[in-house]
Amino acid sequence: MSRISIDQVKHVAHLARLAVTEEEADKLTEQLDKIITFAELLNEVDTEGVEPISHVLDIKNVMREDVAKPGLSNEEVLKNAPDHQDGQIKVPAIIE
Amino acid sequence: MSLFEHKVSELHQLLHKKEISVSDLADQSFKRINEVEGKVQAFLTLDEERARAKAKALDDKLALGEGKGLLFGMPIGIKDNIVTKNLRTTCASKILENFDPIYDATVMGKLHEAETVTIGKLNMDEFAMGSSNENSHYQVTRNPWNLDTVPGGSSGGSAASVAAGEVLFSLGSDTGGSIRQPASYCGVVGMKPTYGLVSRYGLVAFASSLDQIGPITRTVEDNAYLLQAIAGHDSMDSTSANVDIPDYVSKLSGDVKGLKIAVPKEYLGEGVSQEVRQSVLEALKVLGKLGAEWEEVSLPHSKYALATYYLLSSSEASANLARFDGVRYGYRTQDAQNLIDMYKKTRAEGFGEEVKRRIMLGTFALSSGYYDAYYKKAQKVRHLIKKDFDEIFKDYDVVIGPTAPTPAFRVGEKIDDPLTMYANDILTIPVNLAGVPGISVPCGFAGGLPLGLQIIGNHYDESTVYRVAHAFEQATDYHKQKPQL
Repeated sequence: MSRISIDQVKHVAHLARLAVTEEEADKLTEQLDKIITFAELLNEVDTEGVEPISHVLDIKNVMREDVAKPGLSNEEVLKNAPDHQDGQIKVPAIIE
Repeated sequence: MSLFEHKVSELHQLLHKKEISVSDLADQSFKRINEVEGKVQAFLTLDEERARAKAKALDDKLALGEGKGLLFGMPIGIKDNIVTKNLRTTCASKILENFDPIYDATVMGKLHEAETVTIGKLNMDEFAMGSSNENSHYQVTRNPWNLDTVPGGSSGGSAASVAAGEVLFSLGSDTGGSIRQPASYCGVVGMKPTYGLVSRYGLVAFASSLDQIGPITRTVEDNAYLLQAIAGHDSMDSTSANVDIPDYVSKLSGDVKGLKIAVPKEYLGEGVSQEVRQSVLEALKVLGKLGAEWEEVSLPHSKYALATYYLLSSSEASANLARFDGVRYGYRTQDAQNLIDMYKKTRAEGFGEEVKRRIMLGTFALSSGYYDAYYKKAQKVRHLIKKDFDEIFKDYDVVIGPTAPTPAFRVGEKIDDPLTMYANDILTIPVNLAGVPGISVPCGFAGGLPLGLQIIGNHYDESTVYRVAHAFEQATDYHKQKPQL
């Protein structure tokens, strides 16, 4: 049985903000299906009572003093922006 | 003879005896780049003008008797996912084609303090996703030992440039083997330090719980010097470890008497070629003659590492790469109806196939209804893999095995099958999942291609890893062989 359908692939592509053609969706369905099937090898591991870990260090919630520091200049912020106007980053319309 | 056949410590002496200048070292780099770069294609960007100007400025300092730091004046190449102020940084992706960073990564700041000379930015698999450099948007770097084969990846440019003598040494990054595997394929020394030892501020994130920056060099001693310069706590990286950094080079005693080596049977099993297995057994004999003892052990969860890695790293990548949206920096599509459409087309046009595949896998594994079955399950198995190593290091000083299951493969051989490509990393991935340090050192040849020995240590025990690697290197001459280009 297939682990992932083409409709799921299209939905995931939407969540990931990736435009996919019909042909790409087809190919991704096949490839992701193989990878997910392979990943299901993990089902044979008994993980009852095992804590999930997100990293291996003994540190968490690293805080710093809340002190104001100089930020970036407007020029620096805009330096790599694909489009800008009047000192602000410009994007296509958000509201129709 | 190339100046780069000298070690850092020797070059340092030559500089201070005025036998060579910093400009001579930069010349050596650019001369060699002119000779072989057309074949090797390791660099995405060269910074010749500034490098020469800096070399000249450093020569002025040298004339005043300054420049006592060991790395003073040494030419270095930087993997193109480490941001360099005012020097184009692309991650080998179209989406960052014209990205000109406004700040330096912490490691770059440290190299500036050490007064190295940056020669240029090195090719890689796009966003460090790949094992061959074939996923670069720009070019396929070739293995200097055989131009029909890949240099490995993702730090393929970093390893190939050192092997080809284009730079003295380089920085790479390693998420699942991306320093060690190319070092193995190219016959150089590559170290992935303990997770958290080197600041990742300014390393473009791929999988944040796994990524580490590390050095690629010709010798173990040079490697230890370079790590010494870049390691240490950084308040700009909240995963940076606040630990004392030992003097690594002082620990290179050559003495491994009584050292206890664990050799996991899973690392010499199925999928590992006969010639690779043989080279590791020979290496163990060498270490045995030096007084080390080895025993076969088991890391029982090894076979699950690859699946665990692809679920976790892709999940993290799908979140990290969300920032590339065509708004603040990078490529933006020319043809968008509205904001969402702009995001989708920008990312579809800007990312390559492998990057998109992993974003898709990661988004799927994190999506509602699948999170527990895939992502959380992988986090649990990761814990078991880490425990395997914790157990072994109670009784042994280091773990030894091959770095990669085979020597370098041919360009084009595996690119069409993601799962076959991923299998290159089965021996390096567990090290990232456990967060421990691992090095690859040259340990033989097969069909004219280099092989690498992987030496793995406990958390923050780079000193022991380097000591063993150095003792092995001194007892063999694999590292003295040079590719004919």
